[in-house]
Amino acid sequence: MSIKTITEEDIKTLETLAAKYPVRRSALLPMLHYVQSIQGMVSPAGIQVCARVLDLTPAEVAAVATFYTMFKRFPMGKHHIGVCTNTLCALLGGDELWKQLTDILGIGHDETTADGLFTLERIECQAACTVAPVVTVNWEFMDSMNPKAVRELIEKLKMGAPVQSTRGVQITSIAESGKVFAGINDGKYAESPLADDSMLAGLRVAKERKMSAPTGKGAK
Amino acid sequence: MALTPVLTAHWDDPNSFEITSYKKHGGYVALKNSLKMTPDEVIGIVKDSGLRGRGGAGFPTGMKWSFVPQNDGKAHYLVVNADESEPGACKDIPLMLANPHSLVEGIAIGSYAIRANHAFIYIRGEVPHAIRRVMNAVEQAYADGFLGKNIQGSGFNLDVVVHAGAGAYICGEETALLDSLEGRRGQPRLKPPFPAVAGLYASPTVVNNVETLASVPSIILNGADWFKSMGTEKSPGFKLFAVSGHVKRPGIYEAALGTPMSELLDYAGGMRKGSKLKFWIPGGSSVPMLTPDHIDIPMSYEDLSAAGTMLGTGTPMMFDHTTSVVKAVTRWLEFYKHESCGKCTPCREGTYWITGVLEKFEHGKGKEEELEVINDVCGQIAGRSFCALGDAAATPFPGAMKYFAEEFRQATKTSADASFPPSATTIFEKASV
Repeated sequence: MSIKTITEEDIKTLETLAAKYPVRRSALLPMLHYVQSIQGMVSPAGIQVCARVLDLTPAEVAAVATFYTMFKRFPMGKHHIGVCTNTLCALLGGDELWKQLTDILGIGHDETTADGLFTLERIECQAACTVAPVVTVNWEFMDSMNPKAVRELIEKLKMGAPVQSTRGVQITSIAESGKVFAGINDGKYAESPLADDSMLAGLRVAKERKMSAPTGKGAK
Repeated sequence: MALTPVLTAHWDDPNSFEITSYKKHGGYVALKNSLKMTPDEVIGIVKDSGLRGRGGAGFPTGMKWSFVPQNDGKAHYLVVNADESEPGACKDIPLMLANPHSLVEGIAIGSYAIRANHAFIYIRGEVPHAIRRVMNAVEQAYADGFLGKNIQGSGFNLDVVVHAGAGAYICGEETALLDSLEGRRGQPRLKPPFPAVAGLYASPTVVNNVETLASVPSIILNGADWFKSMGTEKSPGFKLFAVSGHVKRPGIYEAALGTPMSELLDYAGGMRKGSKLKFWIPGGSSVPMLTPDHIDIPMSYEDLSAAGTMLGTGTPMMFDHTTSVVKAVTRWLEFYKHESCGKCTPCREGTYWITGVLEKFEHGKGKEEELEVINDVCGQIAGRSFCALGDAAATPFPGAMKYFAEEFRQATKTSADASFPPSATTIFEKASV
């Protein structure tokens, strides 16, 4: 896989990110997200560029980049697949989905398929326990997964067929998600489906049983 | 007790995340009202309401705001802890998805109260869907004059930056979060000084949880007495309870604090078919587990504390009779080992060694005397590290031993998978396998 070069245009974007903060160094995480979205990894070149923009040493930037799990020091595939194997997801089916995905893709944790299509990772709790077990594609959630749905998901991604995240947008690539992490609004906020069954569970019961909060003086 | 939808009241509105929907239901009126009061009056109402932090520690919010020194000539900051990563916690991310404007309005009111002109929303990185919704809500609020310069003609200025983390549970700890927000490794600071005195950029800073801030507009709008008419004396108000695990209808149930778990379980449809509750955790893996005997305890800060555990994030995980406690605890320790930032030796080394020993038990190869060793190492971690991650890591094992010691002893002979076949624990429908 060839790694893209960081252009002058990209450096301008990094400058804009730094300018958002009262102290420029605060932009380091967003900047690392941005260079990763360009190159598919945080490369030595990406570290150099961030260091130059923020007037830090490359060692200072590398120290930060190596601390956070989302920053990868190896080139990721087009799609990043995460399987939550923290206790709740693992017990409800995450362990089985993990085994299934390692079998289908023939790779393990933090490894990439030879065709450069998938990188696989065991991930920690995603704050989606009410829709366990959770699989993520480019960090977009695929809620309440099961073996059949995982098989279909991988087939579709291999064919380049459209895949809609259950809580997020239509799947594109890890590079596109990376721009959002950098703080660049892609305007797709309404592409996510509306509140799902688990989010509405309590409200539905409340309506069924005619329960509500006390009426306040500010009620309309 | 009853369900009390306030934050979730309009989540079934097809555009609940848009400013038009939020305003239709009375949104941003509380901000306008606040701007007509003095900042101290706003703090006073929040103090009177008794609102306590919803991130886990339960510190009184109004009091936290009042700790920020006034007229000190320094910039003040409000930082939102939206780094929801506690195993079992899943309420802030749905809130930001469905109703991000309640958070934005809470931020504006809170910033006005503590005299901050700059606020940051630190969202964990791995949730692009929530980041998009919050970024959009902030942009909409700017466009409508609820953020930015001279808000609603009041002379109050506020800039809000949405900032994504990059995958580190420790950044949910407030001082680690501040270091991370300063572009450093997310490692906790020694306290004191507390953030209220020296926080972000060494300036007075308040760090509040998402749900805490989102609860503020309704308090300003309806008054402290209205808020206190729900909940218990020491735990007033409503709370998002996210019920997960082997229940029929996992999801978000917004109810008054003090609602017993048995009632929440009933709302969630009970345990799944043919299953019996074995153990449950009221608020994230960092608080000790309970058994079916504790199911009628009110879900309040004080009652759960009296039962030897904590309300934590108020997000109960329910596990049935098919679940191996040994496996559950081992997996949680693997999590703490992975997430320990490495700064303090007891936490860094302790989580490593405990995990290694627990893994032997998971595979049926533990030795009975090693149970005492794990217990001892837990005691060496708790209270001996900078932050609460160490204490949290020392929680699951002693908590489990209290009720399930026999199962750990059995794990000296039989593996967790042999005693509790994983296929029985999964929730897959037959047709989906």
